[in-house]
Amino acid sequence: MRKELLKYGMQTLTKNILDRMYASMLRIRMFEEKIVELYPEQEMKCPVHLCIGQEAIAAGVCLNLKKDDYVFSNHRGHGHCLAKGSPMRPLFAEFYGKATGCSKGKGGSMHLVDAERGILGTSAIVGGGIPMGVGASLASMLKNEERVTAIFFGDGAYDEGAFYESFNFASLKKLPVVFVCENNFYATNSHQSARQPGCRISDTAAAFDAHGVCVDGNDVIAVYKAARDSVSRAARGGGPSLIEAKTYRWKGHVGPEADFDKGSRPKEELDYWVERCPVKAFRAFLLEKNVTTPKEMDEVASAIKAEIDDAVSFARASPYPEAKELLEDLYI
Amino acid sequence: MPWTKVYGNKAEFEKHLAGEPGLRGLTYREALLEAASQMLASDPSVFVIGEGVDDSGGVFGTTKGLHQRFGKDRVMDSPLAENAVTGIAVGAAVAGMRPILVHMRVDFMPLTMDQIINHAAKWRYMFGGKLNVPLVIRSIVGRGWGSAAQHSQNLQALFAHIPGLKVVMPSTPFDAKGLLKASVYDGNPVIFIEHRWLYEHMGHVPEESYTVPIGKGIVRRPGKDATVVGISHMVYESMKAAEELMGEGIDCEVIDLRTIRPMDTGLIIESVKKTGRLVVADTGWKDCGPGSEIITRVVEEAFGFLKAPARRVNLPDVPTPASPALEKAYYPGAADIVSAVKKTLGK
Repeated sequence: MRKELLKYGMQTLTKNILDRMYASMLRIRMFEEKIVELYPEQEMKCPVHLCIGQEAIAAGVCLNLKKDDYVFSNHRGHGHCLAKGSPMRPLFAEFYGKATGCSKGKGGSMHLVDAERGILGTSAIVGGGIPMGVGASLASMLKNEERVTAIFFGDGAYDEGAFYESFNFASLKKLPVVFVCENNFYATNSHQSARQPGCRISDTAAAFDAHGVCVDGNDVIAVYKAARDSVSRAARGGGPSLIEAKTYRWKGHVGPEADFDKGSRPKEELDYWVERCPVKAFRAFLLEKNVTTPKEMDEVASAIKAEIDDAVSFARASPYPEAKELLEDLYI
Repeated sequence: MPWTKVYGNKAEFEKHLAGEPGLRGLTYREALLEAASQMLASDPSVFVIGEGVDDSGGVFGTTKGLHQRFGKDRVMDSPLAENAVTGIAVGAAVAGMRPILVHMRVDFMPLTMDQIINHAAKWRYMFGGKLNVPLVIRSIVGRGWGSAAQHSQNLQALFAHIPGLKVVMPSTPFDAKGLLKASVYDGNPVIFIEHRWLYEHMGHVPEESYTVPIGKGIVRRPGKDATVVGISHMVYESMKAAEELMGEGIDCEVIDLRTIRPMDTGLIIESVKKTGRLVVADTGWKDCGPGSEIITRVVEEAFGFLKAPARRVNLPDVPTPASPALEKAYYPGAADIVSAVKKTLGK
């Protein structure tokens, strides 16, 4: 196993961390699959943007973050919250529009929050959360806190001016922030090549005198390594990094279904990436190298299933917000 | 109280000050500078950020020298990236700071609308009250010397439309200082709009730190025949108009609105119940502006008290022109208010 890890320069990775990578990815996968299963009931009355196929990025990045490090996410944010440690109950309750939801039923699936774990709100305007993440890291710098901010965004947000303005500011002020671009090649149904001439997102960092790296976003160890380097650089005052992690979303832009049959994307493309499933590949790796036993893996899956069942029951049983809630929470 | 009085010009104020040796006078710009300075000194979570806040002019003198006293981390120049820098201020506020963001011209704020409308204004409600945005965005209205269409707009109506924002437009030095502190400690995003022609105005400003409540207007001149609601610079034009009308035996009550959102509807309605006549003088355009809102509220709640149709005094419905000849025709003043009040009196 040590030999395999040498190729990442990460031969010191322990079984503990490798198992946590697997558990984090599987927890996201099973959570999202539960939504696929339940969504047709139409009891979750809000749009859902699923991250099935992209789990390695959230897992690999967030395992490098402390509880009070900040995370800024986007419309496709379930995985980021789960990887940062959010419990499932307030998330499912939010999807069901219940008063016990993380945003008290006022946000829905696109607006998740968990301030206790550093998730200071989620913007569903593409690129909109990037400046806010930089602002939170500016606050950490001004307060002399040892806190790193990770900002997740997609290749669509790379089209937005807010990204460039924010990255420039972060590099100028050497802020402790990591930009994580989950490049799944599509902004809704528009391919990256139809929107960007170069398709070399991570190269952008050099123009801003910062560090950029492009990794296989389906390889959780590669993501973990890139994030570890970037987080430690940020923490020691080395400024921002831009991680471009190439991956693929298995479902359509929104909703629980795949979209190839609507002509949005070629089926062969999906098949190619499903073959490279980040969870399946890592499971095979752990088994082959005798890091983890099938029994241990089954136990992990059972625990996650129990957590999901509990969270769904909790969400279903929770009350809706009362009508008087409508006009509350606008101003402090 | 001396600090609630509006002085039309410096000479008038200095004459008054000579008779009140215990009081101190400051210009509007000095009042803003003192407010920022006191908050920077007393609270490490306060910082100032914006294009040129540390340059030698110091945003028309309102931030002058602050970077030397408090350092460039707390009085921070920014790249020309209005949208991101606004978002950065929003993010810093959510993470526990109290930023004072300066956009030197209101005209630059259309570049920031995503962060103001989609983020700052939503961040508390959208997350069920779990977060809040203690942010002040100071911005300045220009006027004259050919500033033209992109350096002299009055966009308060755009911001006042948005639930989640507050919009403040102080007219006196006393209010500038007190409302800036109230805005920084309000806990919500506050758009703080200053009119450049107010910077040289003088008034009583106590040295100690104090606040003026957001959402409260004030009667600047009591009267019985007509209510004139003035906003920002138009408060001074309204006072001039009231003096002139008094010469003709018409006694106006002048209200300084001070806050556009939330609006002090009660104060206006009480006044209209007394006078039965209403004129609103705003610095911006007429359509869907504060004047429209004020008159609607009076119609909704005190229609029976109106003795005549209400009137608005606003900019003509075109962008600002550059030529001095056209500028002169563009900006309304005391004479237009006099004429509007007379119309409500059937004269």
